[in-house]
Amino acid sequence: MRFASLLESVGGTPLVGLPRLSPSSDIRLWAKLEDRNPTGSVKDRAALAMIEAAEADGRLTPGATILEPTSGNTGISLAMAARVKGYRLVVVMPENVSVERTQLLRMWGAEIIYSPAAGGSNEAVRVARQHAELHPDLVLLYQYGNPANSEAHYRTTGPEILADCPDITHFVAGLGTTGTLMGAGRFLREHRPDIHVVAAEPRYGEVVYGLRNMDEGFVPELYDASVLTSRYSVGPREALLRMRQLLDQEGIFAGVSTGAILHAALAQATAAAAAGESADIVFIVCDGGWKYLSTGAYEGDLDEAEEALGGQLWA
Amino acid sequence: MAIEVRIPTILRTYTAGEKSVPAAGATLADLLADLETRHPGLRERLVDDGGLRRFINVYLNDEDVRFLGGLATPLVDGGVVTILPAVAGG
Repeated sequence: MRFASLLESVGGTPLVGLPRLSPSSDIRLWAKLEDRNPTGSVKDRAALAMIEAAEADGRLTPGATILEPTSGNTGISLAMAARVKGYRLVVVMPENVSVERTQLLRMWGAEIIYSPAAGGSNEAVRVARQHAELHPDLVLLYQYGNPANSEAHYRTTGPEILADCPDITHFVAGLGTTGTLMGAGRFLREHRPDIHVVAAEPRYGEVVYGLRNMDEGFVPELYDASVLTSRYSVGPREALLRMRQLLDQEGIFAGVSTGAILHAALAQATAAAAAGESADIVFIVCDGGWKYLSTGAYEGDLDEAEEALGGQLWA
Repeated sequence: MAIEVRIPTILRTYTAGEKSVPAAGATLADLLADLETRHPGLRERLVDDGGLRRFINVYLNDEDVRFLGGLATPLVDGGVVTILPAVAGG
């Protein structure tokens, strides 16, 4: 496949079957390999779409500086696109993410403002908003409420999945900004009204939920619960277990959040088997494992890996 | 009927610092009423007139109760109810 530039190669990722992890020939699991995007994560789609939308509506002009709160992947995608297109980028990122995220962001020339570990991405959002008020010249793309985020998935991820798997019965993805689930979920539901759209939400260590009061909780503006049929909270142990099964049994080297998504996908497979139904379950591989090597997620037994992951933001 | 209820750090002032407390109820609404008798003030932090508060997520055996029936979600003995504040990702 030939493209005029790197940015034009975003999307068009493979959908691969999981013959060993699928419970039977009637219940099939399919992995959408979003780690095959230019910076190695699903976020390339939303990042590029948000930049192009801001260019189109005149908010983003040559030489401008972009500001974004991110736990990592969106920042890395924006850093690459900003570098190629000639913008500066400032990201606000929680201090408790893997060291590779900092390395990758700096490599593509982003400036990093760290937000406190307690409160996780909620704090990054708060700090970024504060920074945007002090510096009105910065262009805050704001992935949690930017319609271009979910539209990217409505326009690309959803149609790619339907074309490759017309018999799809379940779509399972991670819940962060909610962009993937809202966009691809809406598209798939329009074409397959009975589809199950299932969210897997990471459940972190306690420090991440260390908010000062309940009113500081955060629900992305993009979130529309009516798109979903169920939503699971998946802890680090289950996520690590599934991430390792994906590696051991299917050879797919994915990040920890993909393990959480696979856990929810396997729950759907079990339910379909119990109901005697056939199923084609498509789930998102958000990113590869490269960025998580330093966390210890792939070393030792599950107890050791869970301990090592501790209070980190692993999705 | 005993159900384990996991309490987030921020609400442990109501449970004398306990991370997890037992409660009983045939539905989530019953369970929250039972919790209130043991830990006064807790229920109001979780629900308002419209049901579960916006920034509160409640999971029954790791599944979000908003997709199971909300406050009417039926509970069975041995279940685990987890309460968490809503957080961002991305």
